[in-house]
Amino acid sequence: MAEQIPFTEADRNDGIEPDMVDQNAAPASQTTGSGVQPMNMIQALNSAIDVKMAEDANVLSFGEDAGYFGGVFRVTDKLQQKHGLTRSFDAPISECGIVAAAIGMGAYGLRPVVEIQFADYIYPAYDQIVSEAAKMRYRSGGQFTAPITIRSPYGGGIFGGQTHSQSPESLFTHIAGLKVVIPSNPYDAKGLLTAAIEDDDPVVFFEPKRLYNGPFDGWHEKPVSPWKAQDLAQVPTGKYVEPIGKARVMREGNDLTILAYGTMVWVALAGAEHAGVDAEVIDLRTLVPLDIETIEASVKKTGRCVIVHEAPKTSGFGGELSALVQERCFYHLEAPIARVTGWDTPYPHAFEWEYFPGPQRVADALKAVISGGR
Amino acid sequence: MNKKNSQPLSLRVPEPSGRPGDAPDFSHLQMDPAGAVERPEVGSTPYAMRDLAFRLIRVLDDAGQAVGPWNPRLDPETLRRGLKAMILTRAFDDRMHRAHRQGKTSFYMKCTGEEAIAVAQGMLLSREDMGFPTYRQQGLLIARGYPLVEMMNQIYSNAADPIKGRQLPIMYSSKDYGFFTISGNLGTQVPQAVGWAMASAYKGDDKIAISWIGDGATAEGDFHNALTFASVYRAPVILNVVNNQWAISSFMGIAGGLETTFASKAIGYGLPALRVDGNDFLAVWAATQWAEERARSNQGATVIELFTYRGAPHSTSDDPSRYRPGDEQDKWPLGDPLERLRQHLTVIGEWDDERHTAALKDAVEQVRAAGKESEAIGTLGQSRPSVKTMFEEVYATEDWRLIEQRREVGV
Ligand SMILES: Cc1ncc(C[n+]2csc(CCOP(=O)(O)OP(=O)(O)O)c2C)c(N)n1
Repeated sequence: MAEQIPFTEADRNDGIEPDMVDQNAAPASQTTGSGVQPMNMIQALNSAIDVKMAEDANVLSFGEDAGYFGGVFRVTDKLQQKHGLTRSFDAPISECGIVAAAIGMGAYGLRPVVEIQFADYIYPAYDQIVSEAAKMRYRSGGQFTAPITIRSPYGGGIFGGQTHSQSPESLFTHIAGLKVVIPSNPYDAKGLLTAAIEDDDPVVFFEPKRLYNGPFDGWHEKPVSPWKAQDLAQVPTGKYVEPIGKARVMREGNDLTILAYGTMVWVALAGAEHAGVDAEVIDLRTLVPLDIETIEASVKKTGRCVIVHEAPKTSGFGGELSALVQERCFYHLEAPIARVTGWDTPYPHAFEWEYFPGPQRVADALKAVISGGR
Repeated sequence: MNKKNSQPLSLRVPEPSGRPGDAPDFSHLQMDPAGAVERPEVGSTPYAMRDLAFRLIRVLDDAGQAVGPWNPRLDPETLRRGLKAMILTRAFDDRMHRAHRQGKTSFYMKCTGEEAIAVAQGMLLSREDMGFPTYRQQGLLIARGYPLVEMMNQIYSNAADPIKGRQLPIMYSSKDYGFFTISGNLGTQVPQAVGWAMASAYKGDDKIAISWIGDGATAEGDFHNALTFASVYRAPVILNVVNNQWAISSFMGIAGGLETTFASKAIGYGLPALRVDGNDFLAVWAATQWAEERARSNQGATVIELFTYRGAPHSTSDDPSRYRPGDEQDKWPLGDPLERLRQHLTVIGEWDDERHTAALKDAVEQVRAAGKESEAIGTLGQSRPSVKTMFEEVYATEDWRLIEQRREVGV
């Protein structure tokens, strides 16, 4: 199938659209067989839901435009045709209603996978996620649970302006009772989404929309390679699970540890290469529960740590990571921990590339941390 | 406890009357003929006028005559101004849609088929009143003579963008023109409009507010919060629901439009409701005038459902042929608002083909001239406000974080 990589500068000049990406490519998912196929993230996510729906009649999928049309990013494409109208359907434009209904379904014994069209629109559902889904098990003494998955495309890099670009993960990592998962590649996306659907707790699953079609490395002026050229795009068509709570070491190194997740994993890799630093790049994959062992072992080995995320700096998840590293690795640190993040401003339309942390900023931070050692 | 003898329940998911490849079917629509719906006194109780929430107020009949009790009896000059503003709105949309296709901007949204709504309401209300629009009320700015070049500068996020490259294209903001800053988050503006109207009443001023929301977004809690507050505090506000049949790929049945009308949502809140042919400039005008009078005379809010059809794609990111019958718009029984007003003006002898051609040409010229001016300043990425502005107006005064971060960018 033709791989499409939208949202480069060049593409934008051809009229690539930020609000939704239409791949026109049929998803690669198959509900049977055990082959491996190259998939982009959209196809991998589609395959995860498809395989789970085929396996378990309690799994259903709904959201705004998610039924007949298959979602504005096409992640739920053809699920309605395959599994029927009452298992994959369009929801009213009511994020609060969507999540609340999912909670009720979860309490009944179903495993709904709901889509919030853009993470920027998750706020109307915030009360239901935070006050209800997160606390259901605890407040009922384990009698009721909310085994639901809330999927949502997040992050910038697509000229989506303020309301199609935000990274609200830290608003959820702060909430006891929620799991927060953010994959950075097709293989993990499918394995982790499968795990999320099977998880007995509510999972907020953020999908880096900038990575849907290719491993964007932050060099917006340079061409982006297609997913299919990547090992992590070789995705099994059948079911498999990547455990929630386990980080992935994307690149081994000795001089410094970079902690990143989502789109920033690829920016971190590009930044390390650009700086020529022997960095160990860790893709956290899950923010809650966090794989603290992998982080601790790596920082103790390298003695330096740089944290990269798209969300604004203040009260971002980087602050938490920095505190954890400081608590556990203080005597191994050879330099202060650095954070490369989005700015503390709303996400601006015209200044996307000044806002979005790119490889240059990462490289600068790496060099500063290396030279700022004791 | 299994009640063995009861029948299994089943889940209903509403489906539209046609999908791609099907013939469009509007047989389910109930439509009063023009002139058929009575016009209650402005002071009528919501209870007494309940059936208006289920009828359809229309003024222009198929022959282009203005008939019935809702005929606002507008003078020809106002009608001509309205038609010209609608033509200009459509010409503007066409050019900006093409600009997107040429890569000059990242995004655009047309209001094709819905022009009568924002144009009539924008002309009728004063700039002192505040409009709380969605992204489909560009006609309001255009009808009020807001400079087209400023709209384009916003769309191009160029150096002269009045909101400094911060917002997605089409998210205009103009206090002077009674146009509240648009949010990408659906529905949030409606309770804000109520609050603004409450403030005017609290201060003893004479301004009213008007808001718009799409049929799809009425499912948001914000819409219902707005109705509660408007009703409780008798806020001087006009609450429009623009029912254009589609919310991206979801037909209005997914927002509850099969069970009842959107106008009727007002009833449970004790608010008066009018359901109006949104493609009929005169009917939109008349209903808005009724609601305006009600608001201005301290009798509170009115909900108006404007029944229309979204002719264009949802946005430049959308392809409606994937989810609805291709020729659905052509079969839309309420026609094209431009054509209908043109027909009316022609029938009453105040317009002709020559004037129409001249008006089209003039609109295209205006848009082209503005386009040239704006493109000379720059299209997206070709020119921008200073990067420094990215850090400004986050707060009333910059704090140390922003100063530090701005320096890190080197500006
Ligand atoms: C809170 C929120 N949820 C979802 C979206 C994504 N979205 C943008 S427009 C749209 C459809 C709106 O349909 P409708 O309200 O009928 O207005 P129309 O576009 O038809 O004028 C959706 C779902 C959003 N902008 N805000």
